[in-house]
Order: sequence, then structure tokens, then C-alpha cells
Amino acid sequence: MTSSQSHRLTSGGLIDRSVPLNFRFDGKAFSGFQGDTLASALIANGVKLVGRSFKYHRPRGILTAGSEEPNALVELRTGARREPNTKATTAELYDGLEAASQNRWPSLRHDVMSVNQLFAPIFVAGFYYKTFMWPAKFWEAIYEPAIRRAAGLGRASGIADPDHYDKAWAHCDVLIAGSGPAGLAAALAAGRAGARVILCEEDFVPGGRLLSDGGTIDGVPAAEWLSRTLAELADMPDVRIMTRTALFGVYDGGTYGAIERVNDHLPSPPQHQVRQRLWRIVAKRCVVAAGAIERPIVFAGNDTPGVMMASAMRTYVARYAATPAKRLALFTNNEDGWRTVETALGAGLQIAAVIDARSEVSPAHRSLASKGGFPVLHGSVRGVDGGKDGVRKIAVSLTGGARAEVEADGLAVSGGWNPAVGLTSYHRGRPKWQNDISAFVPDGAPPGMVAAGAANGDFGLGACLSQGFAAGAAAARDTGHSGTVGIAPAADDEAFSLTPLWHVAGKGKAFVDYQHDVTASDIELAQREGFESVEHLKRYTTLGMATDQGKTSNVAGLAIMAAVSGRSIPETGTTIYRPPYVPVAIGAFAGHHRDETFHATRLTPSHHWAAEQGAIFVDTGLWKRAQWYPRAGEKDWLESVTREVKAVRGGVGFCDVSTLGKIDVHGPDAGAFLDRVYINTFSSLAVGKARYGLMLREDGIVYDDGTTSRLAEDHYFLTTTTAKAGLVMQHLEFCRQVLFPELDVQLTSVSDQWAQFSIAGPKTRDLLREIVDPAEDLSNEGFPFMGAREVALRGGLRARLFRISFSGEMAFEISVPARFGDAMARNLMLAGAPFGVTPYGTEALGVMRVEKGHIAGPELSGTTTAADLGLGKMMSTKKDYIGRVMAGREALVAPDRQVVVGIKPTDKARRLRSGAHIIPKGQTPGPGNDQGYVTSVCFSPTSDQWIGLALVERGRERIGEIVHGHDPLRGEDYDVELCNPVFYDPDGGRQRG
Amino acid sequence: MRIVCPFCGERELGEFTYLGDAKPMRPEAGASEDEVFDYVYLRDNAAGQTSEHWYHGGGCRAWLKVTRNTLTHEISAVEPAAGVGARQVAK
Repeated sequence: MTSSQSHRLTSGGLIDRSVPLNFRFDGKAFSGFQGDTLASALIANGVKLVGRSFKYHRPRGILTAGSEEPNALVELRTGARREPNTKATTAELYDGLEAASQNRWPSLRHDVMSVNQLFAPIFVAGFYYKTFMWPAKFWEAIYEPAIRRAAGLGRASGIADPDHYDKAWAHCDVLIAGSGPAGLAAALAAGRAGARVILCEEDFVPGGRLLSDGGTIDGVPAAEWLSRTLAELADMPDVRIMTRTALFGVYDGGTYGAIERVNDHLPSPPQHQVRQRLWRIVAKRCVVAAGAIERPIVFAGNDTPGVMMASAMRTYVARYAATPAKRLALFTNNEDGWRTVETALGAGLQIAAVIDARSEVSPAHRSLASKGGFPVLHGSVRGVDGGKDGVRKIAVSLTGGARAEVEADGLAVSGGWNPAVGLTSYHRGRPKWQNDISAFVPDGAPPGMVAAGAANGDFGLGACLSQGFAAGAAAARDTGHSGTVGIAPAADDEAFSLTPLWHVAGKGKAFVDYQHDVTASDIELAQREGFESVEHLKRYTTLGMATDQGKTSNVAGLAIMAAVSGRSIPETGTTIYRPPYVPVAIGAFAGHHRDETFHATRLTPSHHWAAEQGAIFVDTGLWKRAQWYPRAGEKDWLESVTREVKAVRGGVGFCDVSTLGKIDVHGPDAGAFLDRVYINTFSSLAVGKARYGLMLREDGIVYDDGTTSRLAEDHYFLTTTTAKAGLVMQHLEFCRQVLFPELDVQLTSVSDQWAQFSIAGPKTRDLLREIVDPAEDLSNEGFPFMGAREVALRGGLRARLFRISFSGEMAFEISVPARFGDAMARNLMLAGAPFGVTPYGTEALGVMRVEKGHIAGPELSGTTTAADLGLGKMMSTKKDYIGRVMAGREALVAPDRQVVVGIKPTDKARRLRSGAHIIPKGQTPGPGNDQGYVTSVCFSPTSDQWIGLALVERGRERIGEIVHGHDPLRGEDYDVELCNPVFYDPDGGRQRG
Repeated sequence: MRIVCPFCGERELGEFTYLGDAKPMRPEAGASEDEVFDYVYLRDNAAGQTSEHWYHGGGCRAWLKVTRNTLTHEISAVEPAAGVGARQVAK
């Protein structure tokens, strides 16, 4: 058995004592119970020291009992699941949990870097801007690595996350943040009215402060009201309570972000379950009942382990039956802090003293003190004597100047409460100051949102219930639900009565931001150095920039800045609030978008057949395309590709080109429409013919190219490049709908409807005759170059046949309905066997297009004009089209533009690589004489050497000139000859034959 | 952010693609280079109400004219963009 839970009360609490759980912290074995958090279990075992601070390596304990915790951060789990900076206060205990303290070496108790405390004077605000200035190169080499080692949080696992994360949508009428009295009352009212309700609670048990503070509601104990209310809500089919789910952000149009920690409370998620789920919730109304956060008072030694927020102390005692101290003192400036004394006395704990900063204490509390036999000291805590083993003695300055000492092993602190204004302020809302509670409260909220209860600055139980209920009822009404809501639950309001106290002057470090080690003197220093604006203060001192986002520190920091700069707190103002309210793992934002499911994968119709052939695939956008088909004995890709090219040029081959975008253009004005989007004319294209087209952007730069065929008087079939398929469709729809609505034309994307194969090589016709119905005339006369028409295949299937050629060979492209794509590939293999048919991939396709000097993606680079690509003559002067006017601008028609030209190395054995720069021969390469670059290269089996295309200044006038190829990236320099970009069959006889 | 498509109803931002300012009108054929230059490049940078072109590519493929406040992101109107982007020319 593990250690004894020495600090566990013998009864009480919301823990299940029948389910003991073993866990380890820093290797030491402990036990706790179901219902514990790691923090409550550590407290129950008497552990006070749980971490070392970020900068000074000060010993730190547990400050809070919720997601606002700045101190008690641990590395949770081990191996690939190790998660740094996990708040012990929100980590649910499970059997076998392993956690380790952070930022200490060699151990938590003996931390070498705590020597940093001795150097504290140099670690003040902005220290790294001031201290490590010289010599400059030392910063990267020495100072920064040293500082990073010394100051820090937990370590990431460094191993791929083995868990799955999910993303989901939810829709509702009324979204409620928080399940305290206000949230539950809102859910009751909205649910009774008939609204669809989602209530998000970050804790694993609904109830909020009711779980710790109890009270009487509708005449019954809070616990009874809570279970009654949860039962009523559970019976409402349209009310969904999501525990372990934190609302973290508010986005436009009533969209909210929430993170559900689905399986964080287990060692690892059960099979097929996710670790966390990111919710996007669309809600017509939102009630923020997120409560308030108790704030510390800044005094020397306020970070000593054992100093704890008063409300957290009673949470540990009441909810977890765990005692953070045996003999505790309370330091408060308000009535609410006293409830901790009541809870502690009820649990049989000793009260050493109450230090109350107010001048008056209520008679009821006076009599409580005399009954409990402890003194009430009017004054404030000026220092704490203690260390890693906790609090020993508390030094008090009494009102009037006298001093006192209190012996205690724990100090509860209450400086008042700050409403959780995050959610209401995420649309750049600036909360307003409310004097009676000395806190910022929401001043308006994003559309559809309202705050209720403590989140709105009303802390009393009665007010929380009535406000929440009213807000829920109103939200339901606003969304059209008018069912009877009944009467609001009722309770009395507790007294609050606060006298503001932010900072007690004293000797020693007084922490404002515990997690970033920002002290009161850092804020004073920032003010002296001119960083008075809150946004400057934040960035100079890093106040509020840690993982807790300053939930316990921001307002105290502003108050101290206000005091030293002689302004009021509202004048000082707040920084801008930004989501997320709690840290959200990047894995949750990614969801399933990782590894092979990072994006959707599109497979060509012949993919599975190609995979059977052993094809090597390449990712082109979302597509997987067969890149080449290796055969046994081939030593590398080049050998395979070269074989494929030769097979096509010498016989016949085929390639799946279904990835091209395909658009059917229908209507009496289809031709007129195409005339306006292409630089050349399509209205004059004869039925049964295809034509190459080029379209520009409105700024005159080339956008896309492809072949368009006229299948009927009012029907064109247009193809786009693979990369631009979706964008061209979008562009054409823009032209059709927005620019030219007077044209009677319809567009249909049919990219996925047709499987399309290019069949190329001198034996293409022989192969096709085996596939196509013999009645179809495939002769040069019956189906001439650039012919396009529907044909019947053997067996009756209708196909579209286009006599177009990208390879420069006698070629056809054949389209069949996509579901026949796989069969087509297999049939081409069967029918082509006597002709030696060879499937070829995108590499061979690319080689043949470079040999033919055809442009493709590298030349359609978004910087080239039609003339740059050698296609200037296609630009019609007889019509208007997209991009026409801008294409005529001076710089776009300048004679010294870089234009497409062929290149071949003077050394025939030289390999070319794209990206090399073109420099005039004999000159030293530099930006001043950079005349262009190599866009596409290939090994040309036909030329038996490497060849390429390049964009070169005045390139077409310089055919025959020897220039210099300069490739600084790969350290290559060589001479190339500028040449005609059409390396193969320049007069085009083969494709027309 | 959510857009109420006049054809499909209220849909999430991810279904839409933003193009830009819907105010400039494509000049008629024969317009001067300066006019076309203004159409292509010159944009107001309004703080407040703007009209924008959005494409419902994840839905009905309609181009929409969305009236949006750039300060609050509030969308006050969504209409089909048919014919709003060009000076009408005779058929």
C-alpha cells in the first residue's frame, strides 16, 4: 500500500472512498480516490511543494482549485503521451497516473537553478533586453540557450502523439457557459421553455461553487437542489450538459469554440475513442455563467507553498475532504473570505487567526472568532516565513502600526473576486469598472450573448439563481420558445462588503503573476521606465502572458500600475482579451487532419489498376497520379521513364489524364461566353473540332490553358489544368453570373464524371480500332487532327474521343464515364498487347511535353503573359475578353521581357536542373545580370541529352546564343545554348499523321 | 462566421470563398486603360459597411453579394450577385 493520505478527512467530500486510486508524483507512490484531482490527491497526502517557478525557480505549491491555476503545473503521463504544463488542479486522478514536477534539476527539493534567486536583481522586467546585450553574437550562442535551460516550463514529449482528436459541430438555441447556480438556473428556464440547450462545464462534475460552498436553495440544501435540478434537466430531451468541456472562444455569427476533454481522465483513450474533441457550437443565444475568479493579494512571500486562495482552500476541504493545512490563517479584505473559516471550523481544523484588512468585521464573525478561540487582527500580511516545506509563520502589520506574528501551516487569501470577463470581451469588448466589488464587469457582449450571476458581478447565490433564470428564460423567448418556465429558484444573498487591497508593501518578493514570476516591483520598474500603458506593461513584464493568461494576476497588476502612476484603475484600463480561455492542444485544432488524412486524397479512375502494375505515385494537389511504372531490372526512375517515352514515340502508350478539370458549357451563348473568357475565339469553332485556348486574369497575366471541343452547336467541352480545375470553375461562374448575366449559358463541372486517357504513339489508331466500334471512321480524313466527337465503343458504350496531342505523337484522348475508367485501362492493356502498349506516367508525359516545347505549370507561373509563352498571336484583336486591356500595359509588352525559350547544355553529358539562373556568358553572376531562369528540364531520350525550357530576357531573339547557367543552390555552373523550344518534330507532322 | 445563402440557407464560412470588393464594375468593351486599371486595382478600404463578392463553392456555386460591416463583421444582406459586377452591355 502506498502512503497514507494523512491529510484526508475521515468523512465527507464528493470523493468515492470505495474506489482508491494509486498514482505517482516524481516517482513517489501515493493514493487518492475517485473524484480527486491530482491537486486534491497531493493535498490529501500532505504534499505542499509541487513545482519550481519559471524564472527564479522558487518553490511553489497549489494556489487554486481550478483552471486559473498559475503554479501547480506538471508533466502528466510518460512517453509519447507526456503532456507538459498540465494543471494539477484540473487533472482528474486515475489509477496509475504518473506526474512529474517541472523546471527543476536534479530534483524538486534540491533544485540547482534556485540559485537564480540570488541573481534576482538582474532578472527584473525586461532583463534580457538589458543584460545580455554584448557582444551581440553571444546572444544566440550562449545567453539564449542558457536562459532557455534555466527558465522554462515542462518538456514536450518530442514523439508523435499516439491519440486521435476529433472535431465536431453542434447547434442549439441557447448555449450556457458554466454549471454553477446561474448556469443551471438558466438551463432550467430555457429547457422548460422548450429551447434546445447546450450547457458546457469545464469541470467533470456540474455544480460550480455549489459543490464547495453549499447553501440553501428553495429551502433545501444546495446538494439536494443540485441533484433534483440535474435530474430535471436530464429528463429534458433537448438539454445537453457537456462536462469536461470548456468554452474557450467566441467567433462571428454566434459560433463558439469548446474543447471537450473526452478521455483525459483515463490513462489512455479506449480503443476507437478520441482523446479530445474540438466543438464548434452555433448558438442563437449564449448565457455566460462562467462565474468569477478569486484574486490574490500581493504581499512578500505570497508564493510560499501553503498560501492558497481562500475559496480553493474550502473547495479542498468541502469537496475533496482534503486539508491543505491543520492550523490555518485567513487574510481577507472581504466578507466572502470568512466562509473558509466557517468551512474549516466545520471540518475540525484549527484557525490560527483572521487578518482582516477592513476596519469593521460583522458581529456574527466576531462571535464566530470568540467561539472558535482565534484572534481577528485588523491589518495585513507583510511577509511569510516559510519555504519548500510550507508556511511556518505569518508577519502581520496591524492597523495603527503595530506588528504581530501568527504561527500557522497554511494561509488562505481572499482579495475579492473578478468576474470571468473573457468570453464577453473576446470581440474587443472592454469591461467596465464596478466600484462596489472593485472589479471589472462585462460592458455589453458579442451579439446574442449575455452574462449572468458572478460572471456579471453579482456574487450572491440568490442573485446568481434569479439572474441566470431570467437570462435563460429571455434567451428561450428570443429564440421562439414560449413554454412555461415556472418560478426562479430562490436563495438568500451573502454579504460581500469588500475594502479594496491590492498590494501590501514589505520586504521580499511579492508576486503578481506567479507563473511568469512577475513581482510588484517589476510593475513599479516598468512604470519608472515609461511602460505605463497596459499593453506595454504586459509585454515588458510578461504579466498575464503565461499559460494561465493572467486569470489570477491581471487585475492586481493593473491596480498596482494605477497606484504607482497616479491614475484610477478604470483609467489604467485592461488589455485586450483574446481566446482561448483555456489552453487548447494543437492536436485538437488539427483533429483528423494529420498524417495520411491531413487532406482528402483523390484517386484517378485507373488508380487501383495502376497500383497493381506497381506504379510509383506522386501527389499533385489532392490527387495521387501514377508517376512511372517501374519494371523488373530497371535501376532507377530515369530508366523507366526513358523506356516509357521510347515506347510511346515508337509504338503506343496510354496515360490517365482524368485529373484535368472538365467543364461542360451549354447554351445558345456558349461560344460567345468562351470568347469573353479566352484570348482566342471559340464561337467560330466548327462542331466536331477542338481548339487550344488560353485564358488571362483580368490583370493581363496568363491564368490557365486547355483544350475546348465543340460537341454540338450549343455544347462545348472545356478542359483545365489539374491544378486550377476548381479555380477555373469558380472564375467561369463569376464571369457567367456576375459579369455576363445576359449570356444564356450554363456550366457543369464534370471533372469527376469522366475518366480520360491519352493514347499516344504511331500505333494509336491500331489500338483504338480494337476498342472503338468498327463503324466509326478513325482515318485521318474521317477523324482529322483536332477532331472531337462522341463515338460508340465495341459493346455499345458511348465515349468522347478527341484527336489532340500533348506528346507530339499521333494521339487521341478518350473519355468514358468514370465508372468505366478501370475497365478502360484494363482493356487498353488487353487490346494493346499485340502493339506493345505501354502505360506511362506523369514523368514521361512531362518529358514529351518538354520535348514538344509545350508550356505547363512551371511556365504558367502567374508572372507570364501570353506573349512570354510564345502565344501572343492567339490574342484576338476583334473582341473583348478578360485581361485584354491590362495585357496591353507598357511593362507587359516590353521588348526585354523574359520569354520561353529552349535550352540545351553545350556539354551533352551535363544534367540540367530547373531553378538555375541564366547569366550572359563571361559575366560574374549577380542580381544585375540575372536574365531569367530554367523552368522545366528533362532527359530527352529523343535528343539523347538533357534539355529544358527557360524564361530568358529577349530569349526568342537570341536563339543560338551561348549563355551561362548558374545554380548557386546546388553549386553548379555550366554553359547552355538558347534554342527553339520545340525539340521534337518542329513542323508537327507526326501528330497530324 | 456564417452566411445566409439566399439559395441554401444559413451556412458556415468554410463553404464560401471570398473574392473581394463588389463595388467596382467591369467597364464595357472599349474602355480606356485607366478605367480598366481602376477596376482591377483600386479599392476602398472602408471601415464600416462594404459589399463583397463571396462564392458558395461548397454549396450551390452561386456568387453572392454580401453586405458586411468591417468593424463588427455583421452581415446585413446577402443577395445573388447576378449581373452586379459589370456595366451591362447589349447582347
